[in-house]
Amino acid sequence: MSDQSPLLRLESISKQYPGCLANDNVSLIIKSGEIHALLGENGAGKSTLVKIIYGLLKPSSGQLYWKGKPLHVDGPSAARALGIGMVFQHFSLFEALTVAENIALGLDEHIPEKQLHEKITQVSHAYGLPLEPKREVHSLSVGERQRIEIVRCLLQNPQLLIMDEPTSVLTPQEVQTLFATLTKLSKEGCAILYISHKLDEIKQLCEAATILRDGAVVAECDPRQETAQSLARLMIGTTPEIISAASSGLDKTMLSVRNLSIKSTEAFGTDLSDISFQVNAGEILGIAGVAGNGQTELLNVLSGETLTAATSIEINNQPCGNLSPVARRQLGMAYVPENRLGHGAVPSMDLIENTILTGYKKQKLINKLGIDIKASHDITKSIRDGFKVKSSGAEDEAQSLSGGNLQKFIVGREITQKPELLILGQPTWGVDAGSAAAIHQQIIQLAQSGVAVLIISQDLDELLTLSNKIAVISAGHLSEFKPVETVDAESLGLLMGSAAIEETHVTQA
Amino acid sequence: MNIEAYIPVLITVINAATPLLLAALGELVVEKSGVLNLGVEGMMLMGAVAGFAITIVTGSAILGLAAAICAGALMALIFGFLTLTLLSNQVATGLALTLFGVGLSALIGVNFVGTPVDALPKLVIPVLSDIPILGPLLFGHDALVYFSIAMVFVINYWLYKTRSGLKLRAVGESHEAAHALGHHVIRIRYMAVIFGGMMAGLAGAFLSLSYTPMWVENMSAGRGWIALALVVFASWKTGRVLLGAYLFGGITIMQLFLQGMGVNIPSQILSMLPYLVTILVLVLISRDSSKISSAAPASLGKIFHPTQ
Amino acid sequence: MLLRLEPRKSISRTYQYLSPVLALLLTLLAGLLVFLFMGHPPIKALHAFFIAPISHSYGVSELLVKASPLILIALGLAMGFRANVWNIGAEGQLVLGAIFGSILPIYFSDSSNPLMLPAMLLLGFIGGMLWAAIPAFLKIKFNTNEILTSLMLTYVAALILSLLVHGPWRDPGGFNFPESVIFPDAATLPVIWSGTRAHLGIVFVVIIALAVWWLLSRGLAGFKIRVFGEAPQAAQYAGFKQSSMIRFTLLLGGGLAGLAGVMEVAGPIGQLQPSVSPGYGFTAIIVAFLGRLHPVGIIFAGLILALSYLGGENIQIAMGLPKGIAGVFQGMLLFFLLGCDVLTRYRIRFFSEAGQST
Repeated sequence: MSDQSPLLRLESISKQYPGCLANDNVSLIIKSGEIHALLGENGAGKSTLVKIIYGLLKPSSGQLYWKGKPLHVDGPSAARALGIGMVFQHFSLFEALTVAENIALGLDEHIPEKQLHEKITQVSHAYGLPLEPKREVHSLSVGERQRIEIVRCLLQNPQLLIMDEPTSVLTPQEVQTLFATLTKLSKEGCAILYISHKLDEIKQLCEAATILRDGAVVAECDPRQETAQSLARLMIGTTPEIISAASSGLDKTMLSVRNLSIKSTEAFGTDLSDISFQVNAGEILGIAGVAGNGQTELLNVLSGETLTAATSIEINNQPCGNLSPVARRQLGMAYVPENRLGHGAVPSMDLIENTILTGYKKQKLINKLGIDIKASHDITKSIRDGFKVKSSGAEDEAQSLSGGNLQKFIVGREITQKPELLILGQPTWGVDAGSAAAIHQQIIQLAQSGVAVLIISQDLDELLTLSNKIAVISAGHLSEFKPVETVDAESLGLLMGSAAIEETHVTQA
Repeated sequence: MNIEAYIPVLITVINAATPLLLAALGELVVEKSGVLNLGVEGMMLMGAVAGFAITIVTGSAILGLAAAICAGALMALIFGFLTLTLLSNQVATGLALTLFGVGLSALIGVNFVGTPVDALPKLVIPVLSDIPILGPLLFGHDALVYFSIAMVFVINYWLYKTRSGLKLRAVGESHEAAHALGHHVIRIRYMAVIFGGMMAGLAGAFLSLSYTPMWVENMSAGRGWIALALVVFASWKTGRVLLGAYLFGGITIMQLFLQGMGVNIPSQILSMLPYLVTILVLVLISRDSSKISSAAPASLGKIFHPTQ
Repeated sequence: MLLRLEPRKSISRTYQYLSPVLALLLTLLAGLLVFLFMGHPPIKALHAFFIAPISHSYGVSELLVKASPLILIALGLAMGFRANVWNIGAEGQLVLGAIFGSILPIYFSDSSNPLMLPAMLLLGFIGGMLWAAIPAFLKIKFNTNEILTSLMLTYVAALILSLLVHGPWRDPGGFNFPESVIFPDAATLPVIWSGTRAHLGIVFVVIIALAVWWLLSRGLAGFKIRVFGEAPQAAQYAGFKQSSMIRFTLLLGGGLAGLAGVMEVAGPIGQLQPSVSPGYGFTAIIVAFLGRLHPVGIIFAGLILALSYLGGENIQIAMGLPKGIAGVFQGMLLFFLLGCDVLTRYRIRFFSEAGQST
């Protein structure tokens, strides 16, 4: 009988890409009603594996079984027909469409508009995920967007719900609400495949775990029986280094922002309102917040990609709000943007040209006679050596480097310019643990040598380890900076969610 | 002058607007699916020459129109194969399509220059056409005029009220998300592109079989490009395409009308009007960049390649 | 059998060079079929189109005469295309260059001042630049799509030219033909190959191509252009201003097209006529792409496309085929090129339905 068979069984699944084995002989068993963690570092092959289950990718070899029967998933529709639902890491939502339209696109049968609206309201309330069917997605918060994805799955009465890194964009409070929903679902018999690299969450939520490293299963365990350290060791292969925080700041103000307000130029962007703070030499300041709360706008205006009134921003006591990024670099600023490929580096250019990209003026790499090839080559070599960037040569295109190596290169390039102020956006997002540790070490050393550092990141753990002081950005407002000893994830989480709460009050009033 | 004297003028406005409306509606659907096809001018010319040639050869206007639709669709298929299957740059490929269409239509049409053809028959609606003023103005056109107006409503209904219309808009908004949900991005785009080609072909046939019933090299004279501008002007909304097409029809006719009235302005300056107005309209509509970027389909012009 | 594209890790240099060659071969093959289909002996027709026009020295000189405006315009367009600035109104900028460059010889038609020619070339450059300044200004100031504005201005430019040669600039002694006076010697580019129409402008084109090559590969402006084209966000990060990039590429492109225009009226044409170009401004788009947006490639591509004009003329004379066939060849060439270019970024794999790649 199929009751004895597990809900889903993967047998020796491999996925070969040119030059990369994304999944290597992976086997996995998920029982009905179980919350099963799929644990692994960035790039361990988790996303590839779930895309195979959801029918988005075909395995190169191996077999899937659904309730004991061999399974051929021919695309997401087929997966949904079986009862497999998926909530994507980068939501599969359409900004300009309404909630109901977004949900309709994920359903395979056609439900008349009115009926669909009723169903959405009903299901979303039953699971504590309130949604208004007629709202357009771009007006919703990240948490609300995720609700759409979950409700979309729930409308099809799933037996297996796949959640790909669902908490990376949520506040700690929203995470707890999500967990309550997931626990309720599992009690009703729906299995959940929960993908994450956050160990505490997995210990709290999951009853089984499969751990991937470099595409292969390295362990299966009951996470409730493990410690965070033991899970981390399984995931990374070595014990992660414990990093000591930076020294406290000096008396010299390197960056000062006063009453900065900006209207966003993006279609669905966030306006910044009345932001003031300063960063002193030798200290590391962290700004936390959920994505889309004005981080991009703040980084752009600090780096000079968006201009504003001269006096709103001072670097090294020079008003520079109206100056270009090049001029700000001359004042001692360096900057590592959030997005590596396409922003921090030109994907199709080689490392030498990417060195020239930000250093051409300060390091005099282009003069009247054109590009100084030798000097550019030398600096690139010193970045590669000094920051242990793995590439076959300086002529490698940026896009051929792994995420971690490219990030090390970009951070290295900026540090090589000997800045007095370094601004970083999400410095270790999607970077492997080894590179992340190396980058963190570089940032701390830099602060110890007297450089002012500002980090804007969604990774609370990162900010709590590195920063001297932390503030939260929410709906374009910046909270007060508080010493790191006086805050914890929960108090910061409350600040992250505060604007969302305010907004709901307004709409209800 | 009494109102009736203006009726022929207004009728010519409708005639001048129709090819713009047909081509712009087609391009609207293409762009809603996230594809920018700059080859409208080339597809129109091919439609014009194919419609004309087949009508002459077979003596049947119906076959002529069918040939125009096929010619437009075939041209669009070339564009689709290059941009959707071989992932070439949409801007460059659209330009190539126009250059190719200009050349090929001239080659095909070389033996037809100066040949006379009967204009498409007018579908005079009995009774209604006898109403004074409105009758001749609204109910005495050929079928393509009615068809173009009907298509405004059909396309609007289809885009916003049907599931396949929703899918098309979804693909144009975010092809990654649509793909992740299991929708066939490439297939949907192919169909949109071909539909756009058919409409452009029909627009061309209207030019060579009704508006000025003859074949002249390059006879679309930039109308394909104006149709592209109309889609931007309309902020990708069907109703505003109708408005825009008739506005431009009016300007085209005003220019002829002024020349006819013997206004003492060189004809070349009057002929510049439609082009200058196009520029002016584009400037007015593009001024607010955030408005344009929120109205335009978010994936417009981007290449889609799913990982396998 | 289905076709599948696998992205390459980095752009294949081999296929970047091979793709235009492949496209040319495919165009020849398609041309063979076109002629066959039209009922002409294909080999003979291809010979008449591609070989006969340059089998004598005068033909070669004509090739140079026709290639030089194509190369000049394509050099300017290529810089814009690299930065994703789509100026497709070069034809109009060429016309304005011809008009501006004709001011002096028309109003001083008996002058023999040696400064006339340089002044004309400068004016031509300025004329094209001013015409391109309109879309540049509109794009920078109002975010208006430069593709549509530059193209609309091409139609306007043709009408201005028509207005002038039918009106104030018509040669009073020219039997009412819509043409200007014949330019004086001082306003004509000296012929550098006696017995032909090959003029000094050809030398200028080579010099300008070298300058553009240096700019793109070594200069700061070229570096900015490339960064803008590959990653606009990275360009902003580096502090390159988008507005100055748009201005630079459009104005330079317009200027070079204008220069091509004045070189036509001061060279092979020798007066201002209602039509000063057989569509060089549009064909140059193909030249730019076929030449890989690279100055050296553009020189080769310009010669090939110039041959298509000569071939079209020759086949009309030799076999009575319509001249329009040149346009068809040009369009096909660009199609094949864009299609072959997929190989620079992707590997093509064929596989059967079962999913097994072969």
